[in-house]
Amino acid sequence: MAHISVPNNEVPGWIRWAATRDHTLLWRLLSLGLFAGAWEIAGQIPINYALPPFSQTFMAFLGMVADGSLIGAYATTLQPLVIGIAISAVLGVSIGVLMGLRPMAEWLAAPVFVVMQAAPMAALIPLITFVYGIGMTSKVLAVCVLALPVIVLNCYKAVRNVNPSLVAMCKSFQGTRWQQVAKIVIPDASPLIFAGLRLGISAGFIGIVLAELLITPTGIGDLITYHRSVANYAEMYATVVSIIVFSAVTVGGLQRVELTLFRPEKREIA
Amino acid sequence: MPAALPRIHERTMPAIRDNIVEVRGLSKFYGGFQALKEIDLDFPEGELISLLGPSGCGKTTLLKMIAGLLEPSAGQVFVKGKAVTGPGPERAFVFQDFALMPWATVLRNVAFGLELRGTPKPERHETARRYIAEVGLAGFEERYPHELSGGMRQRVGLARALAVNADVLLMDEPFSAVDEQTRRKFQEDLLHLRRVQRKTFIFVTHSIEEAVYVSDRIVLLSRRPGRVSRIIEPDIPRDGTPDEIRRDRRYLDTVEDIWDGLKQFVD
Repeated sequence: MAHISVPNNEVPGWIRWAATRDHTLLWRLLSLGLFAGAWEIAGQIPINYALPPFSQTFMAFLGMVADGSLIGAYATTLQPLVIGIAISAVLGVSIGVLMGLRPMAEWLAAPVFVVMQAAPMAALIPLITFVYGIGMTSKVLAVCVLALPVIVLNCYKAVRNVNPSLVAMCKSFQGTRWQQVAKIVIPDASPLIFAGLRLGISAGFIGIVLAELLITPTGIGDLITYHRSVANYAEMYATVVSIIVFSAVTVGGLQRVELTLFRPEKREIA
Repeated sequence: MPAALPRIHERTMPAIRDNIVEVRGLSKFYGGFQALKEIDLDFPEGELISLLGPSGCGKTTLLKMIAGLLEPSAGQVFVKGKAVTGPGPERAFVFQDFALMPWATVLRNVAFGLELRGTPKPERHETARRYIAEVGLAGFEERYPHELSGGMRQRVGLARALAVNADVLLMDEPFSAVDEQTRRKFQEDLLHLRRVQRKTFIFVTHSIEEAVYVSDRIVLLSRRPGRVSRIIEPDIPRDGTPDEIRRDRRYLDTVEDIWDGLKQFVD
């Protein structure tokens, strides 16, 4: 019987270190450092009067955290964002999974979501404002309109791509339809479902920023609009970069959650 | 388990033998293409029967219809006298591509048939551990399929099928995705398993040698449409070493005989 190779202690430490996942963090930080450096140089030249160097932007960021304006803005922005993403996630995963499982649902819903994904949905935001006014509803809808199609279509594809052999296996052991979905289809589809959720969340971020820029300036959108109007470019950039970083961290965090909850076998190797 | 079953070549063919699986007038169409045409077959209890034939002769289709995974276009399958309408607890399937859940440990994979039946966790894990040990994977319970070799994965698939204690094991080219050495080891294991377990094995293979080596009975299928062309009962001594058997005149003659019959289908 063959033995599974396990990392043993004879391997030098640095090789083991290089073989682990930890170093990807280093490369990522390095990549960010390079970007910040290039930005700093571009800002110092300067290539444009509206482009402050990285250091100045970073100081502005600290200042905005200190005076509470950034935190207040996030509190405002996060409300419709979280509600919108929660609605999109629950609704999107349900619709998508249903579409994958039932041809009726597929015929009914697929064309709508395919069109929604292909269309520039941002163009609908003024229409949403026209119908629902400038309040919370519009902003939540703006998030949903952007996040929902990508989540639905990914879930649908995920369920469609479930290994047919595993489904047959479940059937051969007299698994019920429900067991088939809960024990085979969802776990096997979960990587693609989560990929869809990640894309959906980033689309949701686009939606909320668009909504805050186009509907009424509140939260982050307000900070960006205000600082641009008074030519506080450092503050404006700090806000823009902060929302980008926030979005990236959220999406990355979801990947962690996925690995922990659904794919125990990938935890060690991912 | 009975202490000793009579050796295969010593056993005289009884006049009446219970057929655990009966296939009657089975046909299968895929659109306009007829994969199987009016198959009538009996599978006696406790035997190891191979379905052998050229690729595309419908042997896997036939097996999946016996398993209840495919619906016949015409005809019926009876298992223990009852018509098959779907998968049942008296049949267990071993998949060509192993069909293991990559997110589950060996233990959970093996216990999966019992998990679906609602067997309590301690009980099904105990059963699973026993069969994991039986297929020679003790110590690998907490591993994931991607950590195992192809041969070991198929052992997991076999243990999973054994764990539900079905009377009929349906094996769809179980050894075709493993290397030759593992394959030979598997054939020995299968013969051993056949001796210690009171089970009927229906075994799909495209290897003539494999079929002759392990089977009590070989069903030769022809192609387009798939029909039963011959049924062979290899008369091969089972008491020798594997090498002796593979050099035995009767073994070689049977292989040659089947090859002569199959040649016409090779294009």
